[in-house]
Amino acid sequence: MTAAIRDNLTNAYNATTAGAKVGPAGLPRLLPATGQPMELAEHLRVHGRTPYRGGAKMLIHTIESAGLTGRGGAAFPTHRKLTAVASQKGSPVVVGNGAEGEPASDKDKRLLWFSPHLVLDGLQLAAEAVGARQVHLYLHREPMLEQRVHSALAERASTGLDRIAVNLVTAPHRFLAGEESALANRVEGGAALPRFTPPRIFERGVGGAPTLVQNIETLAHLALISRYGPAWFRSVGTKAEPGSMLTTLRRADGSGGIAETAIGTPIAELLRLAEHPARAVLVGGYHGAWLTPEQARHLTLSNADLRPLGAAVGAGVLAALPADRCGIVESARVVRYLALESAGQCGPCLNGLPRIAATLSQLADHRSAPSARDDLARWSQLVERRGACHHPDGTVRFLRSALTVFADEVALHESGRCSAATTKPFLPIPTASPAYEQDWS
Amino acid sequence: MTERLRVNPILCTGHGLCAELIPEQISLDEWGYPILSNEPVPPALRKLARRAVTDCPTLALALVPDP
Repeated sequence: MTAAIRDNLTNAYNATTAGAKVGPAGLPRLLPATGQPMELAEHLRVHGRTPYRGGAKMLIHTIESAGLTGRGGAAFPTHRKLTAVASQKGSPVVVGNGAEGEPASDKDKRLLWFSPHLVLDGLQLAAEAVGARQVHLYLHREPMLEQRVHSALAERASTGLDRIAVNLVTAPHRFLAGEESALANRVEGGAALPRFTPPRIFERGVGGAPTLVQNIETLAHLALISRYGPAWFRSVGTKAEPGSMLTTLRRADGSGGIAETAIGTPIAELLRLAEHPARAVLVGGYHGAWLTPEQARHLTLSNADLRPLGAAVGAGVLAALPADRCGIVESARVVRYLALESAGQCGPCLNGLPRIAATLSQLADHRSAPSARDDLARWSQLVERRGACHHPDGTVRFLRSALTVFADEVALHESGRCSAATTKPFLPIPTASPAYEQDWS
Repeated sequence: MTERLRVNPILCTGHGLCAELIPEQISLDEWGYPILSNEPVPPALRKLARRAVTDCPTLALALVPDP
């Protein structure tokens, strides 16, 4: 089928369905407005049955018009991924990625708990779009959530919603478990450890098959776009970055939570910076970057605003460090955690991250060597772009932003002082044990 | 066709043979792991580069087409 014919068919389909269904106005779109988890009967009443297109690739043009990008962190255009996988030789595999390893993010777990059927619709529709015959849903090991997904799947099976049975795969609670090559290893039954790429996962992923890995929030958006169309999707967000996204907010007063936000909303508004002054703002999580309050005040939650500063929206983590905390103490805790989360497969990461973490901790504790800053700069360069995955790169991005944004605090620490009133931890860090460090499967 | 050296960092365990064979293209970091040149392998060094690839004890080194 030529692209033109395909587009005509898609347009014809859109025309026949246009007006048939009106999408929910405003936000939230993904999370139930009632605040109650949406069960299948309610889901069918509100959204109707899974809107299959009746053939591979039919949906891709609609997703392209909508301008949907991945909500797992990289913001890669979804239609390009779908096209890349659909164009490979061999029968593709589709994996919904719900393993958010980021300790500061809870949005995927929340989405799956409250709107499992949007995610599962999206999984089926993505599978249809790329012509997959094998579908997995990938989650961190979490018995309550697994149970909920199992019963949602059983319910769907009894009403014949799913064309392809979904296999649930669980991963350990590791930061890197959701990295897509680690995911491919785990789905194959191995340890959730990153692979050396190329070949890229969309070329040769699970069992050597072309593999589509989509974050589960992306799949839920895809399920809504399939029903309500690109124009509806674009009615919030910016022209360049349409739609909404789930964010995990931590304000300086301790309030926060999961919020569905239009892309392009001012960060100051989301974190209520005028009311609750912050020492700094972390965007994009632990592979993200710190911003000064002055920077954050003028920025919106969008890659157009953040990328020029070396930051990114990522998976929607926003945290305002309270004015009474120390950015170096907080960053040292995060970097130590990131060093422990190295898979330990690549020499530079294995050697560099623990040294970076130890030196930053020494700086936080006022016992750093005079060479600390030079050492951190040198090791950052030595680990960057030398790993099989992006863990060293993300860690270095976070570290460099900390040393820049908290430069005054670094100088204070070098002279044995600290401006903070308390060292009480603010950012969430999972407690690690030696056994935990070795557990990858 | 120009080629460049590429290391698979998971396979590499830092034996360091490659840096001895072709120091123009590969140096070692302070932990003994190879730092590869960003430049393509010049024709004069091709033979040595191929030998570094075949001699790597963990087969972590490859010559790949320069994009």
